[in-house]
Parts: sequence; structure tokens; C-alpha cells
Amino acid sequence: MDLFEYQARDLFEKHGVPVLAGAVATTDDEAFQAASKMGGKVVVKAQVKVGGRGKAGGVKLAVDAIDAKEKAGAILGMDIKGHIVHQVMIAQAAPIVDEYYISILLDRSNRTFLVMASVAGGMDIEEVARTAPEKLAKVPVTAVDGISAAKAKEIITQAKFPADIADQVADVLVKLWETFQSEDATLVEVNPLVKTEDGRIIALDGKVSLDENAEFRQPGHAALVDHAAANALEAAAKEKGLNYVKLENGQVGIIGNGAGLVMSTLDVVAYAGEKFGGMRPANFLDIGGGASAQVMADGLSIILGDPDVKSVFVNVFGGITACDAVANGIVQALELLGAKATKPIIVRLDGNNVLEGRAILTAANHPLVEQAETMDGAASRAAELAAK
Amino acid sequence: MSIFINSNSKVIVQGMTGSEGTKHTRRMLASGTKVVGGVTPGKGGQTVDIDGHQLPVFNTVAEAIAATSANVSVVFVPPKFAKAAVIDAIDAKMPLVVVITEGIPVHDSAYFYAYSVQKGTTQIIGPNCPGLISPDQSNVGIIPADITKRGPIGLVSKSGTLTYQMMYELRDIGFSTAVGIGGDPVIGTTHIDCLKAFQDDPDTTAIVMIGEIGGDAEERAAAFIAEYVTKPVVGYVAGFTAPEGKTMGHAGAIVSGSSGTAQAKKDALEAAGVKVGQTPSETARLMRAILGR
Repeated sequence: MDLFEYQARDLFEKHGVPVLAGAVATTDDEAFQAASKMGGKVVVKAQVKVGGRGKAGGVKLAVDAIDAKEKAGAILGMDIKGHIVHQVMIAQAAPIVDEYYISILLDRSNRTFLVMASVAGGMDIEEVARTAPEKLAKVPVTAVDGISAAKAKEIITQAKFPADIADQVADVLVKLWETFQSEDATLVEVNPLVKTEDGRIIALDGKVSLDENAEFRQPGHAALVDHAAANALEAAAKEKGLNYVKLENGQVGIIGNGAGLVMSTLDVVAYAGEKFGGMRPANFLDIGGGASAQVMADGLSIILGDPDVKSVFVNVFGGITACDAVANGIVQALELLGAKATKPIIVRLDGNNVLEGRAILTAANHPLVEQAETMDGAASRAAELAAK
Repeated sequence: MSIFINSNSKVIVQGMTGSEGTKHTRRMLASGTKVVGGVTPGKGGQTVDIDGHQLPVFNTVAEAIAATSANVSVVFVPPKFAKAAVIDAIDAKMPLVVVITEGIPVHDSAYFYAYSVQKGTTQIIGPNCPGLISPDQSNVGIIPADITKRGPIGLVSKSGTLTYQMMYELRDIGFSTAVGIGGDPVIGTTHIDCLKAFQDDPDTTAIVMIGEIGGDAEERAAAFIAEYVTKPVVGYVAGFTAPEGKTMGHAGAIVSGSSGTAQAKKDALEAAGVKVGQTPSETARLMRAILGR
């Protein structure tokens, strides 16, 4: 889960990373109040989870609270690369003399954590990595060792930070590690980390991504979820504990078991759909190993509730679950849904007890259900029906 | 032969007394796996009867090894306790630890992976994986044992159900070992580790490699194949239609920007001489063509 800048700022503050005063506002009046409270010059910053907002006009300096209200009014509602601005952060303005970069992230390739630090801050770090790699220090850190004060000092020295601020920056790095570790983050990035005219080191803008697998020990993280951004179908699916992702421009609803098989099903449908005017999968839905009648009914009701869906492809490989249990689940799910089930459903069952499973569906003889022998054949038929 | 497990593997089940642990211990026993005991902290000294097998329960992996000479552990412990369970196994120098548990925080898996590297005596498979099977010899994890038989194909995959699907497609030919390495961002055993083991295994004559979006493991595997693997490899990559920035079921299955895409992985594999199928069935046909069956 990626956080908004103001949420990252709040987490930094909680863990002692130096930040400036900041408050979030959803209306221009709230922006006025926040700016009045802060006093003096403030920066009004669009809260969107996409880069390049400064260039898009989403960051403005305001001389006072009245100006902040006006600037907030202009920024709220802006469309920045397809992201509508629903909130702005009112942040204290500070005279900056230098900009740096620090991040800690999960390095999948090397199966470790990685610290990146550079004295070339404020710009796109991937650009720095490409054009001036010597200015970017990359230091692996294992989860076992972490970042001690000594290790932080070593990294900061390696990144060639000026001696007069090295201790301060090292201290910030230790606190960023504390943030990274204790919040179960997969990324904490400060860009820029700045030096102010009065010599303070401040995290001026930050990005944080949190690990959703850690929700069970991070009760505070639920409050950080951006409900406004969630697709209505995705929200409904999440409520039922389903692993569902809505896809744009699709017509074939997909239900399958196992993440890999479902991903593969989407591809096979898109591939088959080329022959039928470009029919595409409308969603990802993994009902997992269990595939009980209730889960199947929940899944089907979400997918049948999607106005984009013209046909449904149920693709199950009976591994641990037997196909007869899955077939019974489908039959019972259709009974539960009754008249709400209105679209053709292509079912492909294979694996454990496949003959029994197919026999159950044949016997039920539901007018919407059609069976297919193979995954490729089923995908083709589902695409064909969606195109009708 | 086979890789990682064979008929001499003696398996303990961490979390055997839990519902998932019991269920899958029963299935592993039914497929002929030598399960020799279980570990549940606080329940040491008990004996559990699973379909007539009297299985001792130990408090720690070290005690279990001392009493049973187990050389494989399979972990069914819930996410909250998985880190402690894996560390217990590493401290006991268990040679192979297969972590089935899904939903382990990545800080925990990064920790136990780094810890295993530091200690140097434990190979981890998973987490968030279906385990592995050497058909008719040993089955460690949750892969259905009755899909196929022993044969010449080696299979490595991030995904459980795609593993089953591919074993099913090629069930008449059979497999030396099928390994589900898991769909998490940090896993203990990679495609490369399996490719190397299959290359070195005299009973494996051809390899199927199944990948999916996210990370660069497939690209690295492609480079490794070009350099080291002389046996024929066919590949399949899932996730061509996955949109950027959305996690597709597996915690690790996410395209970020231009990295981790299925197309990039397919291109890398093909450049290394791997024949890549567009669907699982086509991939199976490519393998049949190679084996002449």
C-alpha cells in the first residue's frame, strides 16, 4: 500500500525523523485554517500518488492564509496524470540551501534491503542512477543486521555527504530505518532531504509503501487506506475477503483458483479474444484452494454485478479441492443467486475427481452454464459469447 | 534420482497439530512420504495418531532431529509465528525447510532468509509455496500426489495451481521433481537454484520453467540458462494482461513501471534459447515435441 505524502510525513514524525509542520485539507476553508494556524508562508501541495505533480502545477507557495486558500481552491480537483486531487497538504515553508536523497527499500533481486543515498537530491533518482551513478551510493542492509549508528555513518560517508552535516544525516538514516522496520514498510524514501538556512536537516517530501501482509500486527495501518480510490467492485470484494482486481476494457469475467492459474487465465482469454473483436478479461479473481459454495457465490455475485461483464469463465484445477466439490459449489451458488445470474458461464474443470464434477454440472443442467474440456477451448468460447 | 527430496527424505511437520498441518500430514503420508514427527512448541511429548501412524510431537526442531534424524522440515505455522518456526529450524541446522505459509510479512521472510545465509546450513523453499514433489518418492507440502508419476521432466514454478496444471498436461510422461518456489517477493530457493539442480540431476532430461510478473528472477534465470544449462528448457510466463501497480494475488506479482513485465521475461527467456508457450497447453506441446512424445 502506497501512502500519501502527508501520511508519510506523519509516520516520519512519529519515529523522530525531522519534518516541518504539515496538515491535510480537503477544502479551501480547511486550507485557510491550517495556514492561519501555521502563520507565515506555506506551501500548498497536491496529495496524489504519482510523480511530477510540481511540473503539473500541483505545488504552490502561498504568502499567507488568504493566498493559501486561493491556491488550495485551484489545486483541489485538479487532474494530475489521471489522479484527481482530493486533498492538499499545507506545509510550513522553509528557506532551503541544499537538497539530498535517502531511501530504504526492499531489493527483490538480491533478496535484501537496500539503502540508497545521494547528495544530488530533489531530482528523479532513477535519472541520477542513469546519468551520474557515481553520485548514488547503494548499500545492502540485511534484515538481521539492520542499520546501527555506526552503519549509518559508514553509509553517509560512502555517499560523500559534507562533513558538517554527516552526523545529522546519519541520525536521520537511523530513524528512517526505525520507521522502515517498525512500520513493516517496503519503501521509505525522502526526496528531497534538505538543509535549511539555519543548518537543520529536514525530510521535506517522502514516500512510504507498507506491506499488507503485516496488517495483523499493524492495527494503525487500516486507517491509512484510501477508500476514495478503491473501485466499488474491489471494495465489495475485499469486504467478502476475495482476492479481486478490476481490469479496464474487459468483457469476460474470470474466476479461478490460485494466483498463477488466474493470471494465466487472463492471458489465455485475451489471446483467444483477439479472434472475437478484441474481447478481454474484465477482472482477476482468485477464490483460492477452498472454493466452497459460499465463496463461489460471493465471487459470482461480484462478477455478475460488473456491468462490463458479458460472459463468465470459471477455470478451476482441482488440486487439493476436488472438482465435484467445486461443481456443487457452482450449482449451489447459482441457486443462491437465483434471478441475479443473467450471463453465460463457461466452466472448465480439470484435475481431482473431474468426471464426477462434470457429471454434477451436466445433471444440474443450468441454462446459463456451459462446460468446456480444455482451458484454451473454454477461453475461446467465453470470448465468443462475450462478443455476441 | 530427483532434486532436493527423494525416498530417503525424513520429514517433520512444523505446525502438525494445527488443522492445516494435520490435513496435509495425512496427505503426505498417504502419498508415501516418510513423515517422522511434528513440532509444536508447548506440545512436546505428545503422540499424534494420523491414520494409524504414531507421530511424536517435539517442542523444538533440534529435539525432533535428535530423536528422528529428520532432514526435511515443512512449515504450516500461521504467518504470525512463521518467523520463529523457521529460525528454530535454521538454529537446528535442518538442511531443507519448506515454508508453505502464505501471508508472512516480508520483513520476516527477509529476516529468516538472511539468517539462513549467515548460518549457511539450511536451504529454504518458499514461503507462500505449494512445496515440492518427487513423484512416487516423497511429497513435501500440498501438491496433489496423484496427478502424475515419476518421469524425466523437471519443473520449477512460482505458482501452485500452474504447477498442477502443467503436471496434469504432461501426466503421461511424468516428472523427476516439481518444485513450487513461491510467489512472495523474497523466497529462499530461486528458479536458478532449481535449474542448476535439474541440470546436475541425471534423471532429469528436460525442464519446464514457469514464471510470472514481478521482480527480475526470470531474466536472471534466462542468463543462467544461457551460461550453464545444456538440457532443453521450455518456459511459460503468466501475467501479460496484468495492469501496472496492481498486485495479482501473489504478494510478489506486481508490475512496477517497465520492470517485471511478462513480455520482458518472455523476451529474455527466448533470447536464451528457451521455447516459451503462449498458454500452458502450448507449453506442454513444446515439451512433447522436444521429448518426441
